[in-house]
Amino acid sequence: MLLTVVIFLPLVAAGALLAARRLSGRAAIGLWVAVSAVDLALVGWMWWRFEPGEGASGVVDGLAYEVDLQWIPTVDAGYRIGVDGLSLPLLALTGVLFLACAIYSLREPDRPHTYAALFLFLQTACLGTFASLDLILFFVFFDLSIVGMYFVIAGWGHGNARRSALKFFLYTFIGSLALLVGFIGLFLGSEERTLRDMVALAENPPLADCPVAGGLVLLAIGLGLAVKTPLFPFHTWLPDAHTDAPAAGSAVLAGILLKLGTYGFVRIAMPILPEAWQRWAMVAVVVGVISVLWGAFVALAQIDVKRMIAYTSVNHMGYVLLGLGSAGLVASADEGARTVATVGAMYQMVSHGLLTGALFLLSGVLWSRGRTYAFDRWGGLARPAPVFAACLAVAAFGSLGLPGFSGFIAEFQVFTGALQAAPVATVLAVVGILVTAGLFLLALQRLLTGDTVVPSETDPDETGEGPASERTDGGTAIATQPRTATRMADLRGHEVASIVPLLVLALVFGVLPRALLDVLEPAAMAVVELVSR
Amino acid sequence: MSGGGERVLALLPELLLLLGAVGGLLLGLWTPQHRQWRVRLLVTVACLASAVAAAVALPKPAERVFEGTWVVDTTTGVVRIVIALGVAVLVWLASASLAGHPRETEAYVLMLLGGLGSVALAASGDLLLLVAAYLLASVPLYALAGFAKDSAGVEATMKYYLMGAFVGVLILVGVAALVLAAGTTGYLDLAALLPDAPPALLAVGVLGVLAGVAFKAGAVPVHFWVPDVTAGTTPPMAAYITTIPKVGAVAAAFRLLAEPFADVPLDVPLLVAVIAAASMTLGNLAAFNQTDVLRLLAYSTVSQVGYLFMVVAVAARTDLAVPALAIYLAGYAVTNIGAFAAVAAAPGARTITDWATAIGRHRWLVVSLVVCLLGLVGTPPTAVFVGKLAVFAAAWDGGLAWLVVVAAINTVASLFYYLRWIAPAATGVAASESTAAAARGTEPGTFAGTAQRVVIEPVVVLHTAAVVSLLLGIWSGVWLAVLLPG
Repeated sequence: MLLTVVIFLPLVAAGALLAARRLSGRAAIGLWVAVSAVDLALVGWMWWRFEPGEGASGVVDGLAYEVDLQWIPTVDAGYRIGVDGLSLPLLALTGVLFLACAIYSLREPDRPHTYAALFLFLQTACLGTFASLDLILFFVFFDLSIVGMYFVIAGWGHGNARRSALKFFLYTFIGSLALLVGFIGLFLGSEERTLRDMVALAENPPLADCPVAGGLVLLAIGLGLAVKTPLFPFHTWLPDAHTDAPAAGSAVLAGILLKLGTYGFVRIAMPILPEAWQRWAMVAVVVGVISVLWGAFVALAQIDVKRMIAYTSVNHMGYVLLGLGSAGLVASADEGARTVATVGAMYQMVSHGLLTGALFLLSGVLWSRGRTYAFDRWGGLARPAPVFAACLAVAAFGSLGLPGFSGFIAEFQVFTGALQAAPVATVLAVVGILVTAGLFLLALQRLLTGDTVVPSETDPDETGEGPASERTDGGTAIATQPRTATRMADLRGHEVASIVPLLVLALVFGVLPRALLDVLEPAAMAVVELVSR
Repeated sequence: MSGGGERVLALLPELLLLLGAVGGLLLGLWTPQHRQWRVRLLVTVACLASAVAAAVALPKPAERVFEGTWVVDTTTGVVRIVIALGVAVLVWLASASLAGHPRETEAYVLMLLGGLGSVALAASGDLLLLVAAYLLASVPLYALAGFAKDSAGVEATMKYYLMGAFVGVLILVGVAALVLAAGTTGYLDLAALLPDAPPALLAVGVLGVLAGVAFKAGAVPVHFWVPDVTAGTTPPMAAYITTIPKVGAVAAAFRLLAEPFADVPLDVPLLVAVIAAASMTLGNLAAFNQTDVLRLLAYSTVSQVGYLFMVVAVAARTDLAVPALAIYLAGYAVTNIGAFAAVAAAPGARTITDWATAIGRHRWLVVSLVVCLLGLVGTPPTAVFVGKLAVFAAAWDGGLAWLVVVAAINTVASLFYYLRWIAPAATGVAASESTAAAARGTEPGTFAGTAQRVVIEPVVVLHTAAVVSLLLGIWSGVWLAVLLPG
């Protein structure tokens, strides 16, 4: 019941916001912040009461806060939700990041009611996806998150927002339908004809004696999740969607929505199709490594801050797949190594959510000050905006995997676990770290050091996100051509209050990883055991 | 009536519709022009009574009355309820443009009769009854299509009538061939005798009969009338023509595949699967570049029929088919009526841009439209999503996995043109190519001042449809349990 409240509280608040048109804009955002804070507090309470269990626990047992109701009897789908070590960290991450976005958007001037309502709707969709223990319910929330994000990008984006939103919707919708086809395959392949139960399906994996069908179903599911994650050949929607989305939208998109894909791999693909996952684990490893390298090198070439951050997301999600793929290479690695790789992959999800969320919010600060993300329009920001510079430096160092931050713990574990199973791939992926480090340092140099260069405040009639802002070379979102100035306002109170906690959390999880590992490890062990059947 | 007097009551829902039609006509004769709303009321009451009677009869075991010509089972029951409620809603949707019209009563009565014909299509267990139902579901619609008596409407009627007459000949040829082959017209006898019939005769029969139901459903290759009729007539009539007969015709096709054509030595399911794939693909492709909202919706209904025919193809092969058909029919009817109601709410607006401009400030209207259009795509948790899920599962279970993949790809493609309507409506800026240049220099807010009057009845229908579509989806378990016990 508590979990249901956590999931639907934001939705109820969204409905209330839409109905209460009289409320002032500031009050609407205030309500949004309050609801997000309450929701986060409830998730915190759930975490406090959660018993991770001894040994392998999660996925098929040790589920807390379960609710199980009949929904569509013909396909035996139900409203079944619950929490285990896999989903709890991501639920908490969702709570944290949405609260940060709410605080960051305190001064949103453009249709604040609808904006807040959309984000609250999105929060329900994301929480619901992570908490679902039913394939159809998972799909329902998964799709709703796409719908919500579409309107955020189309309605509040800048640059070529409408086109990017359409691209985002089409890509991820194709992915979700591939996912649906895969789910129907699972439904028809399972002995008891059930969609209701990820737990039952994981206990008694369908299509076990039919490798071809199992492979095809895994292909459909993997395709759907790969688009969402996104992995190498399907990542092309990501930079556009990120660049043109509003800052809070980008933070949620990168921080939470990408995790829906990787979470799907851990929750659905691996436990329910263990045999197929083992058979095709090498493909996951290879795709992961390609994503790592591709994301890193393409990010290196970007001349636009936000696009660069977007491509590093592809890179970071590649590590997750590398870890999950090597967890499936049962023959060539012992159980300890595979568990470490899985834990690392899941740690990376949380870590990436915090750090990339912070990075996108920081890039949003740049946009709000100068309406451009182009590297060559900014420089020497450390002098006029020291707090901004400090936050950006911390986020960038955290993101490149500096020891002391959560990213290091995650990547270290992924590499340690994967080295035994896939040595070549791991060595190649380490190169990715090097490139990422280089590109973040380069970005810091360009933005923070040297002579101060700041695009001046733009003319009032050009600041609107009307059709005037057009993309000329297809790469950058330069809306206007303002003159150069030397002043930049530093972070304001609400921006500090939204960004700094994310960085602090990344630091805490980097220094005291046990807090998270205690919850993650039993679940990861359970996943590894299920995969190695 | 060899079945005896008590069995007449098995047809109570249909009798109520007929009584409503006749009573409405008589009442209209003795009612002054400005009080014709009485007829509307009577017709609505008849529809609601019919729906209630059908709902009461639904849990009873399936039976065949009047020497097996009229089948009363779950499919018929669902179609009865959907059509009765649909006609009731559409009468009110049409009332906005019909009130005070010199032929107001006639329109309502024709709508009721067309609904009766559609129910008969779904219920018929005999080829001759099928032909009669085909005519009853066609003739009133010809009149309704051209009801406004303007040039577009007359052209629409002509096209519809000529096409209908042509296909009517085909269906008669088909029936004749089947009668020649088997010597009987009852579905159950045909099911027993057709497997041994000469294949050539059988092929002619199957093709002819299927052409008839495909025409009423608006499936490829006999779909040409759909866009012209939809765009030529008024939005409420377009909603009627693309909803009511389609529901009946798909149910008729379902029964044909499940009973007489189940064991014939031809691969009828494959033929229907190809029709389904062609309908959804061509419908979607044709809808891509439409700027006229009615034409866009018309092609969208063609593609929707494609998804419905998926379940028709596997009618005889899987137990999942009947519930899938029931969910999808109900969901489609609700959502489609809602989408057309959105058009009717701004009657002057024909293109997407006009529409977005006309509804300007009405935010909730846009929300409901988004629910309906995304519902047509099959986005959860709307009714069509549950229907699509059930249909996909049924088709895969019936051995047509390739069709599921085609349908999934088509669903994505369909998203594209629905978004072309949603995007300008939701974000409030003109996006269509023709006006993009004009809008370039202006602020987005300029259009708000030009917002037109929005008609009230369609708005109510639109909101209701959106809510019902969501409720049907979210509580599909509850109403399916009531509908399909066991």
